[in-house]
Amino acid sequence: MKEELLKSSLFKEIVRSKNSISLILTVLELIIYFGFVLLVAYNKEFLGEKLYGSVTVGIPIGIGVIILSWLLTGIYVLWSNKVYDEKVSKIREKIGGE
Amino acid sequence: MQTVLGQPTLTGIFFFLLFVAATLYITYWAAKRTRTTAEFYAAGRSITGLQNGLALAGDYMSAASFLGIAGLVSLKGYDGLIYAVGWLVGWPIVMFLIAEPLRNLGKYTFADVVAYRLRQRPIRTAAATGALITVLFYLIAQMVGAGSLIKLMFGLPYELAIIIVGCLMIAYVLFGGMLATTWVQIIKACLLLGGATILVFLTLYQFGFNYVELFSNVTSKYGDKFVQPGGLIKNPIDAISLGIALMFGTAGLPHILMRFYTVPDAKEARKSVFYATGFIGYFYILTFTIGFGAAALVGHEIISKIDKGGNMAAPLLAEALGGEIFLGFLAAVAFATILAVVAGLTLAGASAVSHDIYVGVVKRGRADEKQEVKAAKIATLCLGLLAIILGIVFKGQNVAFMVGLAFAVAASANFPALFMSIFWKKFTTQGAVWSIYTGLLLSVILIILSPTVWVDILKNAQPIFPLKNPGIVSFFGSFIAGIVVSWLTKEKEAEEKFETEKIRSYIGIGAE
Repeated sequence: MKEELLKSSLFKEIVRSKNSISLILTVLELIIYFGFVLLVAYNKEFLGEKLYGSVTVGIPIGIGVIILSWLLTGIYVLWSNKVYDEKVSKIREKIGGE
Repeated sequence: MQTVLGQPTLTGIFFFLLFVAATLYITYWAAKRTRTTAEFYAAGRSITGLQNGLALAGDYMSAASFLGIAGLVSLKGYDGLIYAVGWLVGWPIVMFLIAEPLRNLGKYTFADVVAYRLRQRPIRTAAATGALITVLFYLIAQMVGAGSLIKLMFGLPYELAIIIVGCLMIAYVLFGGMLATTWVQIIKACLLLGGATILVFLTLYQFGFNYVELFSNVTSKYGDKFVQPGGLIKNPIDAISLGIALMFGTAGLPHILMRFYTVPDAKEARKSVFYATGFIGYFYILTFTIGFGAAALVGHEIISKIDKGGNMAAPLLAEALGGEIFLGFLAAVAFATILAVVAGLTLAGASAVSHDIYVGVVKRGRADEKQEVKAAKIATLCLGLLAIILGIVFKGQNVAFMVGLAFAVAASANFPALFMSIFWKKFTTQGAVWSIYTGLLLSVILIILSPTVWVDILKNAQPIFPLKNPGIVSFFGSFIAGIVVSWLTKEKEAEEKFETEKIRSYIGIGAE
């Protein structure tokens, strides 16, 4: 049973799609955060520019990093609930809901 | 401005006693449901995704981060926001790489996952060492912070504050196990989020619910540089090194990882990270607003007069806007926050001792339920007493670096081994052991030689290691050690087991 499951194209597809989603989102998060850190390190003038009243460009960007990080976790949950779980339950059905 | 801060107020004591009564009642209720190991370590896997999300947030939002970040923002403005952001960005990493495989592969500790297809005893010894060192440094920082904060807020003597915190946390964990600890976390998270929300509401009310007004008020007092990046990031490598420690350290904190075993399956685990990230992100945005509010409505002079680091900015703002009653409430919430965090840490440390060292190494996996629960309770008691003693021993010491060190160890000793054991087929027992000890030793040695300890605490003129946080060296060093040693030592059995591990990791078949 196990051999068959491991060789099945459905299982390989599950592993592949899950790994690539995880990888893409992780890289995105790394870019967002370390991009922000490097921006602070190398372009303080840009972050300090006035946007509206006393609000500087840096404030929405900083808050934006927090909100974007949360949205990425939301995207992952949505994808998992819609796509991933369905494939997993298909496999579980096939092998008799063990 | 007159303040009652630093004296025990009736309302403060009232709210605190109310919290203690409620949590002790929960502990009594939980004690009747805490008999087996699954109940003691993992609340019988009965916690829902939302509940665990709140509990994760409760574990992570410490009093130090609430009072400390609000204070930093109130005194340094925008730099405080840069600092706060770093504490959130580890959560997506927990979600994408760790939460689900951890839930599917393990039982009670993250060492379960690392040891899944490798040799049990060397792995459990190494992983439990990493876990314990992380927990101990974090615990010392929390206990010392607790003693000083409670002294500042209620005027209680330092030692008495430590003993009260220690005894209550021992009671929660010893009798109520993970079930009581989880509910203490949930209540604390709700109180903290609720309290901070009210404080922000009262602040924004002063400015017609207009953030622009708030920012204008602050810049008119302290100049434009208050809303611009200042001196926090001087050296980019330093900032990246700290960033790595915070980001991957979050995904290697034993008390956070342990929480994923309290939910029934991987789906709930994943949901709980989504909720936790939302709550924690919301909390940091509130804290940022509170810091600006304190700068505008309390002012730098009073904030730094009461505490140089600005730690009392949030309580002072609460008193200015909501009077003595609201100050009392917020002080009690801060106390509750400290209690909940140390309880979570103690349980995680105790499980490393009882589940990994005692059962896994000493008993070679052959211990029955009763013996293991008994061992876990003894470990809880010892660790709790140790926390009280360390809290008193380190009185007055500068322990702020210990949180950074705990994160560096978590990122360098715990995370790489966990990550490679989940994703890399050719990872071997020797590779894991080398990876863990390399990360651990590099973090501890380099932080001693860094400006944080070598210059600031040991008073030497020049640091031997230039960076404030060793994250960038210890994190990659641990990975390199793990990869090189795994190449040199083949482990056929582990490679074969990787395939079956994949079925359990991705589909959850066989998960406990």
